[in-house]
Amino acid sequence: MNSIQKNRWKDQAFKVWGILCTLIGLVLLVVFIGDILIDGLQRIDWSFITSLPSRKAEKSGIYTALIGSIWILLLTTIIAFPIGVAAGIYLEEYAKKNRFSGLLEINISNLAGVPSIIYGLLGLEVFVRIMNLGASVLAGSLTLSLLILPIIIVATREAIKAVPSSIKDASFALGASKWQTIWHQILPASGGGILTGVILALSRAIGETAPLIVVGALAYVPFAPSNPMDEFSVLPIQIFNWISRPQHGFIENAAAAIIILLAITFIMNGIAVYFRNKWQKKWK
Amino acid sequence: MKKIVTSFVLALILIACGEKKETNDTAQNETAALSGTIKVDGSSTVFPVTEAVAEEFRSIQPDVKVTIGVSGTGGGFKKFSRGETNISNASRPIKDKEIAACKENNIKYLELEVAYDGLAVLVNPENTWVDSFTVEELKMIWEPAAQDKIMKWNQIRPEWPNEEIHLFGPGVASGTYDYFTEAIVGKSGSSRGDFTASEDDHVLVQGIAGDKYSLGFFGLAYYSENADKLTLIGVNNGTEVVKPSLETVKNGTYTPLSRPLFIYVNSTSVSSPEVVEFVNFYIDNAAELSKDVGYIPLPSENYTKQKENFKAFVESNK
Repeated sequence: MNSIQKNRWKDQAFKVWGILCTLIGLVLLVVFIGDILIDGLQRIDWSFITSLPSRKAEKSGIYTALIGSIWILLLTTIIAFPIGVAAGIYLEEYAKKNRFSGLLEINISNLAGVPSIIYGLLGLEVFVRIMNLGASVLAGSLTLSLLILPIIIVATREAIKAVPSSIKDASFALGASKWQTIWHQILPASGGGILTGVILALSRAIGETAPLIVVGALAYVPFAPSNPMDEFSVLPIQIFNWISRPQHGFIENAAAAIIILLAITFIMNGIAVYFRNKWQKKWK
Repeated sequence: MKKIVTSFVLALILIACGEKKETNDTAQNETAALSGTIKVDGSSTVFPVTEAVAEEFRSIQPDVKVTIGVSGTGGGFKKFSRGETNISNASRPIKDKEIAACKENNIKYLELEVAYDGLAVLVNPENTWVDSFTVEELKMIWEPAAQDKIMKWNQIRPEWPNEEIHLFGPGVASGTYDYFTEAIVGKSGSSRGDFTASEDDHVLVQGIAGDKYSLGFFGLAYYSENADKLTLIGVNNGTEVVKPSLETVKNGTYTPLSRPLFIYVNSTSVSSPEVVEFVNFYIDNAAELSKDVGYIPLPSENYTKQKENFKAFVESNK
């Protein structure tokens, strides 16, 4: 075998290896989703969505947990989106490159890797006890906002970096101020990337259990929250609670609730992809 | 999205109103309609019982909001001793440290037994040699010193096969594990480390059901759901071999592997009529509801006793 043949063979081998690696992830996902669908699909109906949890598996529903999750999602968006994007813009456009901003950057990257339960402990001490918010939707949302802020900041910065400098230069050359340039040129150009980052961060927030349990989210609440100070439960906690029950019916309930949670995540990711494509077309 | 949320909320209010009308007639016979919030937290083992009680309570007192958390027995007592909850679920009696914490914050409480939980010792259905264990044998298998030593069935009794023994048990963070080690080894949380541990009892069921030389333990409720896949082994309590069942746990002969489950009530909370009503309802219905969720009710005279204790507790804290 000469060296050309050898290299071709290596090339082929790597290709097969790559396909295998891709398939492993895909096959696992298909098996997992298939398993869940078989267990849970026949359990999903309108009464499953509108019923309260019950000791009888077939009478149980996810109403309070679902509404709790939606509340958490909305409030977390309202809190984390403006703060995260503003911090990203500041760091990318305004901050001078000195030791302080370097320190800030390292810390933000580190925060993105802190285990979520640590945020839960922080939330319990600061929001629940010191700020006296109690185990409320607001305390939960603030905690999750902290959790996803680093992700949003990093995504925002990456999106802004990707804006061609020619656009910025042209704007300045036409006499626009810094703020005008950011508002009219950079933000619209990077909007797709920023939104994608925010939505992916929120998809993570909606699946979080540990920090919310620490903050004091409940396993059984007979009412949906009606304001940010109400107590709440969320879908992942309801799922966890059902999984640990001995009766088989609860396993079906858990599978059905997982399908709903997956559907929410998929829809959110779909929205992210949609925005990214829309913005890309506009700017290319 | 807001529209959807509002319409959900409206729908719930309508549903709630409808239910109220239906049940008001029966509720009025006993007491007036109450309102308020009752906060419960604590053991996830006791959770299903309290959840069932809260669910039924809602149909007679729809305006009382009962919320239940699952911080674990220890986590629940922490909140209870700070006065953050009205009732604490517990799968073991309160510890001295926790009593001290309550005293420090001037919190008085009453302990009430609500049901029993039994632990089942199980083997594979193909296992034909084991008919019972003594507590000493279980200790010999599970104590820390057994690690890397007691590895084969014939080390326990010579007539048993010369095959490896495969052990399955709940994760070390669970109350069930604490309870088993306390009852068998003599010290809570102390056992050999080389067994297959899982927080998910379904994994243990699968493990024991698929391995002829396996041995494991977990809550009785899981056994009754999987009775066709596993063989239940009786434990010698010193005088006779007893298998766990509704009867033997209730009459106290299945020892030491059955335990009481508790709720603790804060003394200042009993000045609110809704808490008194809830706890009374709890004791009245615990027998039936604990059976529903897979636990074992106390003998009925015990419930009567609990009710008297609670009545005295309410009187003395008025």
